[in-house]
Amino acid sequence: MSPTPSKRIVTGADLSSRGEPYLWSMGGALALGLIMIFGFLLLVAWNGFVTFYPKPVEVLRLRDGARVAGEPTRSEMYRLPKNELDSLDEQARKSVQENKGFGLRTLFRTGNFDLYNEDFVWVSEFKIAERLTPKNFFFIERVEWGPFIGALQTLTVKGESLAAGAFGLHRLEMEHRRAVERRNRVRVIERDEMGGLNSELERMRLALRRIALEKGKDSPEHAAEEKKQAARAAQLQSRYGLLQKESESIKREDSLYKVTLKDVRGTEKTLALSHLVRFYPANDLTFFRKLKVYGSRWLEFLTAEPREANTEGGVLPAIFGTFVMTVLLAVAVAPFGIMAALYLREYAKQGRLVSLVRICVNNLAGVPSIVYGVFGLGFFAYVMGGTIDQILFPERLPNPTFGTGGLLWSSLTLAMLTVPVVIVSTEEALAAVPQSMREGSLACGASKWQTIKNIVLPKAMPGIMTGLILAMARGAGEVAPLMLVGVVKIAPSLPLDEFFPFLHLERSFMHLGFHIFDVGFQSRNSEAGKPMVFVTTLLLIALVAVMNATAIYIRNRLKRKYYVGHF
Amino acid sequence: MEAKAQIDLNNTETVYHVKEGGGGSILDIERFCLWYGQAQALFNNTLNIERGLVTALIGPSGCGKSTLLRSLNRMNDLIAGLSISGSIVFEGKNIYDPDVDVIGLRKRMGMVFQKPNPFPMSIADNVTYPLKVDHVTDRRVLEETLERALKGAALWDEVKDRLKDSALGISGGQQQRLCIARAIAADPDFLLMDEPCSALDPLATTKIEDLINELRGRYTIVIVTHNMQQAARVSDNTAFLYLGRLIEYGETNAIFSRPKLKQTEDYITGRFG
Repeated sequence: MSPTPSKRIVTGADLSSRGEPYLWSMGGALALGLIMIFGFLLLVAWNGFVTFYPKPVEVLRLRDGARVAGEPTRSEMYRLPKNELDSLDEQARKSVQENKGFGLRTLFRTGNFDLYNEDFVWVSEFKIAERLTPKNFFFIERVEWGPFIGALQTLTVKGESLAAGAFGLHRLEMEHRRAVERRNRVRVIERDEMGGLNSELERMRLALRRIALEKGKDSPEHAAEEKKQAARAAQLQSRYGLLQKESESIKREDSLYKVTLKDVRGTEKTLALSHLVRFYPANDLTFFRKLKVYGSRWLEFLTAEPREANTEGGVLPAIFGTFVMTVLLAVAVAPFGIMAALYLREYAKQGRLVSLVRICVNNLAGVPSIVYGVFGLGFFAYVMGGTIDQILFPERLPNPTFGTGGLLWSSLTLAMLTVPVVIVSTEEALAAVPQSMREGSLACGASKWQTIKNIVLPKAMPGIMTGLILAMARGAGEVAPLMLVGVVKIAPSLPLDEFFPFLHLERSFMHLGFHIFDVGFQSRNSEAGKPMVFVTTLLLIALVAVMNATAIYIRNRLKRKYYVGHF
Repeated sequence: MEAKAQIDLNNTETVYHVKEGGGGSILDIERFCLWYGQAQALFNNTLNIERGLVTALIGPSGCGKSTLLRSLNRMNDLIAGLSISGSIVFEGKNIYDPDVDVIGLRKRMGMVFQKPNPFPMSIADNVTYPLKVDHVTDRRVLEETLERALKGAALWDEVKDRLKDSALGISGGQQQRLCIARAIAADPDFLLMDEPCSALDPLATTKIEDLINELRGRYTIVIVTHNMQQAARVSDNTAFLYLGRLIEYGETNAIFSRPKLKQTEDYITGRFG
């Protein structure tokens, strides 16, 4: 009898057969991904949250006698050029040599662009003779020309000057509040009331032109309309004159309120009080007052319109534009995607053709988004919009109404971009509805459509919602195609107003994503825009997160409704 | 024991036991064949389902008993590549004629499936679903139907206080009885049951069997089952299928006590299958 062959006992001692190295690498990959995501969020959140906190103003006396005042923004090491190195004294040169030729420099935000022609200045540490933080220096945000940094000299109230010691901060704040009221009143008159008159005049002109186009210039209808309008136009003209007078008188009064400041070099500058947005003694603030400044800056950011080529002020139009566009996108993409998926999954005969269609849908998701932008501009704006203009708004031509980029075309372009996501996820959700449910319904004598409507769709709804959430998240963050089909740097008016039909789908709009691009990389003063990039990014992420959270909340409610514990 | 005859698969002739009495035929299945694509699943099945009685379809897995059951209310229509020959005559009309209203047909044949499949809605909505798809909105009719169907399915006492609760929250046996209530809500002629107890515990199975006994007479019941004892307990007639052929058909007592063919005897005594 031959001896039994010795069996090799598998103990699992071999690492690769136990699979632990794979486990480690899988865990590592997950950890790496999470670190990147949270690191990114942390970076954005930190930079976004500190931006609006008031910083101290430092006044520097340099070795060459010059003076600089500004907010220290950031510091960096730089390689000193030869001539600068030669001008240093012995001790400084030694420390530079120890640092292999590098020295420290700090970027100061000096403001006063109207005086210096620059907002920021680099100051090398070796040039500073003395650093001071004087309490009488104010940081002042203005309606135009960026911030001003200087000491308060006089306040002029109704033409009478008060010297710096003769009034308190409280008085200044009170006068400023009144000045801002005047500024707002002028704005309301010029923009809303006069704008309303102008738009009525424009509507009248268009109505007349429409009659001329339809009936001819010599028709009796045209003459009658002309006569009717002449009377109304005279009314409007007189109202216009009254408004103009009111605004001029307010402006005249406003010019009596001024504030004079002296910058660090001793140049005096007189500003109209109403041109000030916000002011505070940067080095003389309690923590509570700092928080107040911080809060008021956030409030302005969230509720006001942008100033200074978008680098200052608020982003309300961009928030609104992003929100409305995303909602419209969801409204457009949901029926399209769901119906297409229903046909593909429930009705179409599963064969080669349907597989081909599926592959095409999946590939659509991979087309670069800018291509959709080009298509949207060419097809939606020029072809469809142009046709709509010719049929519905012939009196406005050659000025396009729908025949150019706008809110509607942007939403539709993004809907097209995201429809594959919805189709794929809806199909998966439909496929996951158990066959037994459908059979149960059919056996009850329900038709196929009744089965889909009553059983399949409700059961698949959470999955469909997931697809919609993904589509919305993708659409809200997309910028490239929008630049072609309707997003602008500064929109003259919101797409929502009090004139019929209230939501103006043809209007161009602002978008947070484009705002980031514009402020960060397209503005004159990119250093000033940098913090705004972070704040706007933070806001965009928050907006997308809020919209997703809402959708997830709805989905979970649906889930709870349909998935009450299986036995 | 005498040697019994073997089946010749190439030339099967169904052995019919002589019937005594009965309710008269309600459904005449005549030389019915069925193909899934190229594969033939049913071969020349001929049998008459008797009115008001319980007919059990038995046979080993894959013998075509479920296929035959699902042919009766044309649930097989959902499967792509299906073709048939022969006829199933109900009230003088072949249900596979092109002008037959399939939806109307299914309404007359309530069906209960292997796994309880209540819809994700309330208990009440589940039971009244067949009326809902007929656009019945009269509250009184709905409530009457609800009570009648739930009582008919012996579930009323257990759920009458939580009719608005989700149907997914009750036990498996209750769910299956709910499915029976749903199947009888539209007051059909038939009740087709496809292994209704295979996913249930013995106690729930007993309840369903009692229910079948109660429903006998009111509905013509066709039940597919794997469980020989169950077939013997609940059915009046039994059809034994094997590889798509109907081997023996007749009174349950006769089939179980005096099977004429060897395969039938082997199967019902548990020697194969």
